[in-house]
Order: sequence, then C-alpha cells, then structure tokens
Amino acid sequence: MISLEGLTTLLQTWLQNTLGEPWAFAAESVIVGIAAITLFAFLGLALVYMERKVAALMQIRLGPNRVGPKGIFQTSADTLKLVMKEGLTPDGADKFLFNLAPFMVMIAAMLVLAPIAFARNFQIWDLSIGVLYVAAVSSVAVIGILMAGWSSNNKYSLLGAMRSAAQIVSYELSAGLSILAIVILTGSLRISDIINSQADGWWIIKGHLPVLIAFIVFLIAVTAETNRAPFDLAEAESELTAGFHTEYSGMKFALFFLAEYINIFIGCAINATLFFGGWMPFHIGGWDSFNHVMDFIPSSIWFFGKTMFLIFLIMWFRWTFPRLRVDQLLNLEWKYLLPISMVNLLLVTFMAIMGWHL
Amino acid sequence: MLEELGTNDQGDMIINIGPQHPSTHGVLHLVITLNGETVKKVEPHLGYIHRSIEKMCESLSYRQFIYVTSRMDYLSSHINNHGCALCVEKGLQIEIPARAQVIRVLMDELTRLASHLLWWGALAMDLGAFTPFFYSFREREMINELMEDTCGARLTMNYIVPGGVMMDLHPDFQRKVKEFLRLFKSKIHEYDDLVTGNIIFQNRTKGVGYISREDAISYGCTGPTGRGSGLSCDIRKLYPYEIYDQLQFDEVIETDGDSWARYKVRVGEMMQSMRIIEQLIDNIPEGEFQAKTKAVLKLPKGDFYTRVETARGELGVYIVSEGGSTPYRIKFRSPGFSNLSALDHMSRGGKIGDLMATMGTLDLVIPDIDR
Amino acid sequence: MFIKEYFKTIYLTVSSLLKGMKTTGYYFTHQKEIITEQYPEVRPVLAERFKGEVIMPHNEANEHSCTGCQACEIACPNGTIKIVTKNEINAEGKKKKAIDTFVYHLELCTMCNLCVVACPSDAIIMANNYEHSVFDRREFTKVLNNPGSKIMEGIE
Ligand code: SF4
Ligand code: SF4
Repeated sequence: MISLEGLTTLLQTWLQNTLGEPWAFAAESVIVGIAAITLFAFLGLALVYMERKVAALMQIRLGPNRVGPKGIFQTSADTLKLVMKEGLTPDGADKFLFNLAPFMVMIAAMLVLAPIAFARNFQIWDLSIGVLYVAAVSSVAVIGILMAGWSSNNKYSLLGAMRSAAQIVSYELSAGLSILAIVILTGSLRISDIINSQADGWWIIKGHLPVLIAFIVFLIAVTAETNRAPFDLAEAESELTAGFHTEYSGMKFALFFLAEYINIFIGCAINATLFFGGWMPFHIGGWDSFNHVMDFIPSSIWFFGKTMFLIFLIMWFRWTFPRLRVDQLLNLEWKYLLPISMVNLLLVTFMAIMGWHL
Repeated sequence: MLEELGTNDQGDMIINIGPQHPSTHGVLHLVITLNGETVKKVEPHLGYIHRSIEKMCESLSYRQFIYVTSRMDYLSSHINNHGCALCVEKGLQIEIPARAQVIRVLMDELTRLASHLLWWGALAMDLGAFTPFFYSFREREMINELMEDTCGARLTMNYIVPGGVMMDLHPDFQRKVKEFLRLFKSKIHEYDDLVTGNIIFQNRTKGVGYISREDAISYGCTGPTGRGSGLSCDIRKLYPYEIYDQLQFDEVIETDGDSWARYKVRVGEMMQSMRIIEQLIDNIPEGEFQAKTKAVLKLPKGDFYTRVETARGELGVYIVSEGGSTPYRIKFRSPGFSNLSALDHMSRGGKIGDLMATMGTLDLVIPDIDR
Repeated sequence: MFIKEYFKTIYLTVSSLLKGMKTTGYYFTHQKEIITEQYPEVRPVLAERFKGEVIMPHNEANEHSCTGCQACEIACPNGTIKIVTKNEINAEGKKKKAIDTFVYHLELCTMCNLCVVACPSDAIIMANNYEHSVFDRREFTKVLNNPGSKIMEGIE
C-alpha cells in the first residue's frame, strides 16, 4: 500500500543522496512550500464547495449543480471570477496596511500548518513545543483583521474588526486551557508525542468526562476564533454588511475568504489531533487483533476523516443557530467557558495524578 | 447634514444603515448614533420608494385605484384591497353577498398567515440564522400557489373589488387549503425547535426593544407591535367588519412589550388565523360572489373612513368624495409608518444587534411606510 | 442555589441547541424533502388563471369578438390599451364601428385584470405565459388583433 509516510522517507533519502545535506534541505523547503500552497488552494475550493452543499441540503435546496457534475467546479469558477475582478482600494484607505492585511491573515493561517501531522510521519516540522506554537501563531491572525478593519476607513469595518479582536482574544483563553488538559494528560507539547500517546485509545474515550468537556469547549472556541456563525459577529451581514472585509474585493477578498476556511481546517485538525488522535486509527487498548484491522485504513484517511467530521459539525452549527449578540458572546466566554475549563483543568490534573484515565 | 455623517461633538460615531442594507428589507435609511456598540439615537430617513400612491389614486376611478394599494404593503395586499373596497362600499351603501364575505375573510387570513411566515423567516435571518427562512418559504409557497389558482397572481392580487371579489374560488381551493393546513400543522414543531425554543434566539429577543403600553399608544403602534405591549388594538375584534364578529378567535395579547412578546404575538396570530380558516373552509355559502354594481361607481359627496387589520396593524382608508367618479382625496393610515416612528424609542440604549432584532419584530415593509 | 441555576442554564442551552440541530440534521439526511425547482429544464405548470399577459383569442377563421367598444381602454388604470377604430360597412350597407388596431403596451400593464372584466363580449383574456423579456423594449408594444382579422358573426 502506498502511504504518505513511505513517500516522504523515499523523497528524503533520494534528495540527500543526490544533493547532499544543505541543498537537500533547501529543495525540501521548496517542495513543502509548493505542497502547502497547493493544499491550501485545494482545501479552499473543497471546503467552500462542501459548505455550500451542506447548507443547501439543510435548507432543502440542491446547492451548486450547474458547473460540472454535481456542480463541483462551481467554486473554481467563482475563484476565477474573483481573480479577474478589479481589486479596489478605497480612496481614504491606508493603502499599505489595506493591501498588507489579507496577506497577514493568510500567512498566519499558513504558519499554523507547520506542526500538523497529516499522516503517520508526515509532518512539516515536529517541533518540541508544537501545541504552544499553534496557540501562539493562530492569534496573529487577529492583527491582520484589525489592520483590515482600521485601514479600510469604513465604520462597518472598524466595528467588525473591534468585535473580532475582542472575540479572538477572549476565546484564546478557553482554547488554551482545553489544550492544556491534553498536555497534562500527555506530558508533552510535541504533536507527535500527543498522537502516540493515543495509540491505545483516543483521549476523548480514555479521558472520560473532563476530556469530553475540554473537547466541547475547544470546539466552541475554535468556532468563535474562526469567526463562524453563531459567533460571526465580525462579519455579521445583517448588522455590519460584511464586517472587516466590507471594502475588499477581488483577490484580496478571496484571500480573506480562503483564510477563513483554512483556519477552520486547522482548528479542526488540531481538535482532531488533540482529542481524536490525529492520524491514529481507532484503537482500543488490549484488543490487538481489532487494532490491527483498523491499521489497514491508511493514516491519512483517518486524519482527514476526523477533520472533515469536525468541520461538518461546525458547518452544522452555522446553518442552524442564530447569531449571538456581542455582550452575550463575551458573557458566554467569561461566565461559562472560562470557569468551566478552569475547573475542568483541575479535574484533569487530578485525574492525571491519580492515573484514573485508561 | 454632512457633518452628521462623520462623528458628532460628543465623539459618537454616526453610521448610515441603508438605504441598501441587508436587514432593512428594502430602501429604508437609518442614521444611527453609536457610542461604541451602544445605539444612542436612530433617525429614519424616508422617501426612497415614495410613489405618491395617494396622489395617483385621485385620478383613478373607484374601481381602478384598488390595484395600486396592492403595492403599498405588498405582503398583505388582499387586506389593503379589502380596506379600500370596504370604504367604497360604505360610500355606495351596498350589501355584499355572504359568499363574497367569507371568501374575503378567508383570503385575508391566508394573507396574514403568509405574511407572518415571511416575517418569521426574515426575522431569523436578521438574527443570523438562514435556514428557517427556507422552511417558512416552503409553507408560504403553498399559500402563494393557492392564491395563484384563484386570483391569478401571487403578490399583487387586485382580487377584492367593490361589491365582492373579482372571480369565484377555484374548484380546488378548499382541497388545497385543507392540504396546506395539514402540512403546516405537521411542521409547526420544527418552527419551535429551530427558532422559538432556541436559547440564543430567546436571549436575542427577550428584553430587547422594550416599549410600554402608554408609549405604544402615544406612538400609535398597532397590530402585533401594539399587542405585544398589552394594547388591545385588533380591529377585527374592536370594530368587526365582514363576518369577523361571528367567528371564534382570540386576540393575542402579550404584556412584556419586548421583541420576544411581539414574536409570540405573531406566532399566536398564525394559530388564530388557522383557527379562522378552519372554521370557514367547510362553510363557504353558495351564491353570488359579487353584488350587482353600476358600471361607473360614484360615491356621494362626503368623507368615508374604514379600517382593517393588516398583518402589520391598523390600515385606515379615508376617502373624500366630491360626488364624482374619482376620489377628491385619499389618505391611507399605514401601520408601518407609526410603528417605525417608535423604533428610535425602542432601540435607544441597546446594541446594534438589538436594533436589528427590534426592526425585525416590527416587521417593517418599506413601501407601506413610504407609499 | 446559584450553582443549581448555573447548571440548569447550561442544560437548557445545550438541549435547545441540540433540538435545533436535530431539525436541520433531519433535512440533511432526508434529501427527498428538497423543494428546488430546476427551472429551465423543468418547466413549472402555472395556474390556469395566472395573469401573465392580455391576449385576444382568434378562432380558426381568424375572427375575434372585439367590437371596438373601448370599455377596456376606459377600465384600464394606466393607459395600457389604445384602441384605434374604423368604420366598416356591413352586409346591410350600414356603417359600423370596428377595431382597426388593438394596441397593448405590455410594459405598462400591471395585470390587474380590470380590462378583462370590463369587456362586454369577452374578447380579451389573460394568458399565463411569463417569459416576457426581450432585447428591445419596442417589442413590448403589441397589436392584439391579428392582421386581416374580422369580428365574429353575431357579436354586437
Ligand atoms: S390588465 Fe390592467 S393594466 Fe393590464 S391592460 Fe388590463 S386593465 Fe390595463
Ligand atoms: S376588447 Fe372588449 S372591451 Fe375592449 S374594445 Fe374590444 S369588445 Fe370592447
């Protein structure tokens, strides 16, 4: 069976044999860069298509069905349209920041990709502080959003950016605390360690109620951090027309749009890694023959399957719930999620000390 | 005016909402003063869709002017037509056949139901939930099809005319109405699960956009807006027209005065409308659908005023006649205009999101306000 | 007490949200509920009374029943109909009014049906076609009586 793992080792040995150490590293960097961008483009198209289909089915509609079979080329056509469109910069805008902002958001999204393990041994950079890195870099995106909102010289944008900043900064806290729950159980910040610790069962199963709570808190926090409904206050179209990206058009708008979906993907990938074992197949401690059967499904399929399931959950939220108001949003964080995750962290620590988890 | 569009001297931000904005449902222009997220003042600017319907009516005959009124509150066009027809009939002092009366009431209530269904979906959309919109439109579509069968149009019907109704009911009408009622009843629980019972929705509307009974009276709020504040103002009960005094239905009144109360009033009204339709649908009397009228209608000299309960509140039709075949002056008292005037009072001190919720529960139809 | 309230709120929140998700989830999994109409491929069947356009039906002998009485022109609230009449000599040698052209401005018509109701000889009816868009707005001005058409026998 061809697995991604075999591919990478093959490539690495071949490159090192032919080019030597420093050049091989450079070549790998280029390959990784190209691969990341391709992945982004593909993910963007696929996720937008998926969102539209999910929305349509929930809304008793058919969704895109004209361009290509079942409309699968609809999103490509839309992107093409956006590329062809003129990228307007408003007169009163701060031109430099205005044009920089979409790239900031996009780069922040790209950087988080580094420590994510897509399959067994298929990871760009397995750094020792993986989850910390993720938590830190993912909050850089808010700078891009603030930049966009401020530089547009548009009051809707400014309001949207302010809302977004308040929201992302607060929800980082509970997201961080939920990540900590897993870090405590694993005893490591390294992504590969976290995944390997789930070889005898995913944390969501091994960790009992506290981990389940941490998972739900993290899911809510991810939804909020990516500005998705019901937390899409930053771009609440019935209040602020389009929020922080009101003034953007053409490709710059597309970058924001893409970054939103990439962020969802990354959020769900981290979620899957922490609580569902990333690429780790469904294992139950002790059932060796069962575990062996599960191993036949390639690890990349496990990873993408879990991630897609979580993305579907987030889409499901979006197409069901009304939007929260800005003060309710902060109430939810500071009065419910934060205290709950603090107490939960205590529970998890206690559980880890007593060794009650499986 | 220009400096108003920037920031005022207290450092408050002034924002234009509309004339093109997703939640004003038409070309309403609100200039709102914001302190952070808090709304300090709301100033509606009207006139973007003013078509001077009242003036137009002065040059149209008493048969002709009714079609224009479908274009005022296009969501309750039957009821607008009804009000005008009643006013003309009052002047002519003609009796309407029993069949026509029943048909008119049936159409009114179906329109009310359709209008409230649309409002329900649009309110959910204002609050950020898109899916309910499609569910309510599915049901509304059935009503529209019923209307299309009988009246030949879906929105601007011109079906209720002086003397009765323009055409007889379609033979399929009764069967289709019953089918609709059955289907609608089987879907109501979805409405509750998706919106009414949803905790986010309740939090978004409870305590938002409060208006007291006294204020509602002084602003002239009618319809569900007034009834949400505990003001009994259902024209169908207070000044019954047609056969409303013989029907069993309740006036839905809530006393909280907030958006949630208005929501509950409208949902309750949908149930009452269904109750009325159920009472009538099997008891449509046989007979003429139109009284015999002269070819050219001439109202005697004098003023005539009638009022009807549209889906948004009280619609008053005031005709001044000089005895000719066209009215000397026509004035419509539209419910939306008075309800909108209370918006500033309701939304002060709330957040921007509250303003949208309040506007959604006022159920504004802009052509009705501007005319 | 406070703690109890707190957890009750959480419970109510979660259960109400799950209920909502159940509804959308039901439609997601039950695709037979889809109500989309695939318009250009599947033509909708319109109600027979649908008011799409005023037409004047002619029989096989190219005869219509319009007497040229202009009742419809008077009934129309916005000047959509213009009737040009001519004098015809009939079989008995008497002069009689008849239509020359029945001009109908589709772009002005509001489909109010008043003309159809006003017509004493049921010469015009509403057709239920709905695809009216044209490239040149002059095409909206239509002549409803066919060229060379005559009034039917026996219609006064
Ligand atoms: S339908 Fe109404 S607007 Fe159209 S031609 Fe007839 S009377 Fe005039
Ligand atoms: S269409 Fe009818 S109303 Fe009009 S001129 Fe002919 S006969 Fe008279």
